[in-house]
Amino acid sequence: MAQTFAPETPRTVAADHVGAASAEAPGAGIPALIGDAMTGGYGGGGDILNGCTISIDPGQIAVIVGPNGAGKSTAMKAVFGMLSLRKGAVRLAGRDITALTPQARVAQGMAFVPQTHNIFTSMTVEENLEMGAFLRRDDIADTMAQVYDLFPILRDKRRQPAGELSGGQRQQVAVGRALMTRPTVLMLDEPTAGVSPIVMDELFDRIIEVARTGISILMVEQNARQALEIADRGYVLVQGRNAFTDTGRALLNDPDVRRSFLGG
Amino acid sequence: MDALNALVALANFVVIPATAYGAQLSLGALGVTLIYGILRFSNFAHGDTMAFGTMATILFTWVLQGAGISFGPLPTALLALPVGIAITALYVLATDRVVYRFYRKQRAAPVILVIVSMGVMFVTNGVVRFIIGVDDRNFDDGTRFLISARDFRNWTGLDEGLALRSSQAITVVTAVLVVALLFWFLTCTRTGKSMRAFSDNEDLALLSGINPERVVAITWIIVAALATVAGVLYGLDKSFKPFTYFQLLLPIFAAAIVGGLGSPLGAIAGGFIIAYSEVAVTYAWKKVANYALPERFEIDGLGQLLSTDYKFAVSFAILVIVLLFRPTGLFRGKSV
Repeated sequence: MAQTFAPETPRTVAADHVGAASAEAPGAGIPALIGDAMTGGYGGGGDILNGCTISIDPGQIAVIVGPNGAGKSTAMKAVFGMLSLRKGAVRLAGRDITALTPQARVAQGMAFVPQTHNIFTSMTVEENLEMGAFLRRDDIADTMAQVYDLFPILRDKRRQPAGELSGGQRQQVAVGRALMTRPTVLMLDEPTAGVSPIVMDELFDRIIEVARTGISILMVEQNARQALEIADRGYVLVQGRNAFTDTGRALLNDPDVRRSFLGG
Repeated sequence: MDALNALVALANFVVIPATAYGAQLSLGALGVTLIYGILRFSNFAHGDTMAFGTMATILFTWVLQGAGISFGPLPTALLALPVGIAITALYVLATDRVVYRFYRKQRAAPVILVIVSMGVMFVTNGVVRFIIGVDDRNFDDGTRFLISARDFRNWTGLDEGLALRSSQAITVVTAVLVVALLFWFLTCTRTGKSMRAFSDNEDLALLSGINPERVVAITWIIVAALATVAGVLYGLDKSFKPFTYFQLLLPIFAAAIVGGLGSPLGAIAGGFIIAYSEVAVTYAWKKVANYALPERFEIDGLGQLLSTDYKFAVSFAILVIVLLFRPTGLFRGKSV
């Protein structure tokens, strides 16, 4: 496994990433990405987010969970600039990016894997990865090799149209495509939706591996229990507000959270 | 000997003309299918874009002829083709800037863009007639035949002659070159791949940093080139008349839909299917049948299924059948 997808800003990799405090990392205090007190909704409709704050420290995994309709995906879209905020700000490594379009945020080092339609089905796996790196003008061979090391099955299937792959393999292509820009922050919208439990475990393992290379990860997940197990930080949203925020482990042990969201 | 005569007559009256016509339709259908795949609407102005491109090429051909430049045995129009393509590309880019971009920004529904393209069609139609007139024009000044019917009869001693007009040979050769170039571009270049990615999944293409306006502009340029080549080849093979080009819209759309809208391979297959069906159904089979059949089965009638006046009914019937039984076309294109 090659060391990092984002060599331009070398970052300290937390040795034990679960529960690793952000204060140990150099450049502490500045989160890799923060959506600060975000308020907003779609078009002219009502607010879906009400002062919601989502923050990810460098090299860590943050997970957003919550009941249906709590605004989990909306919070992620807001962070990525897919809906305009009425209040609040989004900062990437301290820089205010609130006014940037999603495409401009990609150029700034953010990558987003949508929940559905997240691959080019008619193109081969390799072409999918090439398209992921479209903004880059340098040699992408190394990054591609790193993606293949992370997802070895994709190397075998690289000449096959991505639409012919299984659900879990498609998700690997989707994550691989997003990694090709060498992002500092990777955002995943329900990466395990519709895949089998075994594939889900494998995907989570891979996501941990990506985080170990120094990439910060923000994830929305339906499978709250498993997701919180690998989360450095978990956000429980209710009606567009932060209901509980803590380390994933602490949330799993919190009786209130267990009772209301994890089914006892 | 009769069997050979039947084969020669079949080649002369069906296979050669249908192949040339199929190549012209394929190039036209490729343009339609590219617009559909990337800009996501059926471009009704395509027939008139072909007319515009042919007009531009003819005008420059006259300039060349006036200057005494010729292309040897080949038609001068081939020399004028690049200029015709450039003028047509400028024209379609201008229509995109003035008309289509406005609706694209509003994310207008495909059906609105179809109506808009009909407006562009009428305007283009008027512009072409205004500039070059409505008459039939023949602008093929090259060698007329590669093989003439009389020579063929003399060489072989058969009763039937086989004529191969140079325009037919040029059509097929040019079409093969253009299609090969297009497929190389789409599968092997970064820009071509980004066009396919945009056609496949527009939102994800945007997330990957692909610039939509650039993809759209390159698509229009390629479509202008395909339309001009198709129009000039058709004009060399038959003749140039603006109204005929407008009528070509139906077989071209039938070809694109039969193959599967959005599928370049489908457009080519569809073009040949439509061309062969049209020629086969409207050809008077008497001669071929009487060579091939034993004497007592000889037919007296023309053996023609449909008068050539009704040739458009053939594309229309195929279109209806395909839409009923396989709406996404033979090569599984997109459905609206």
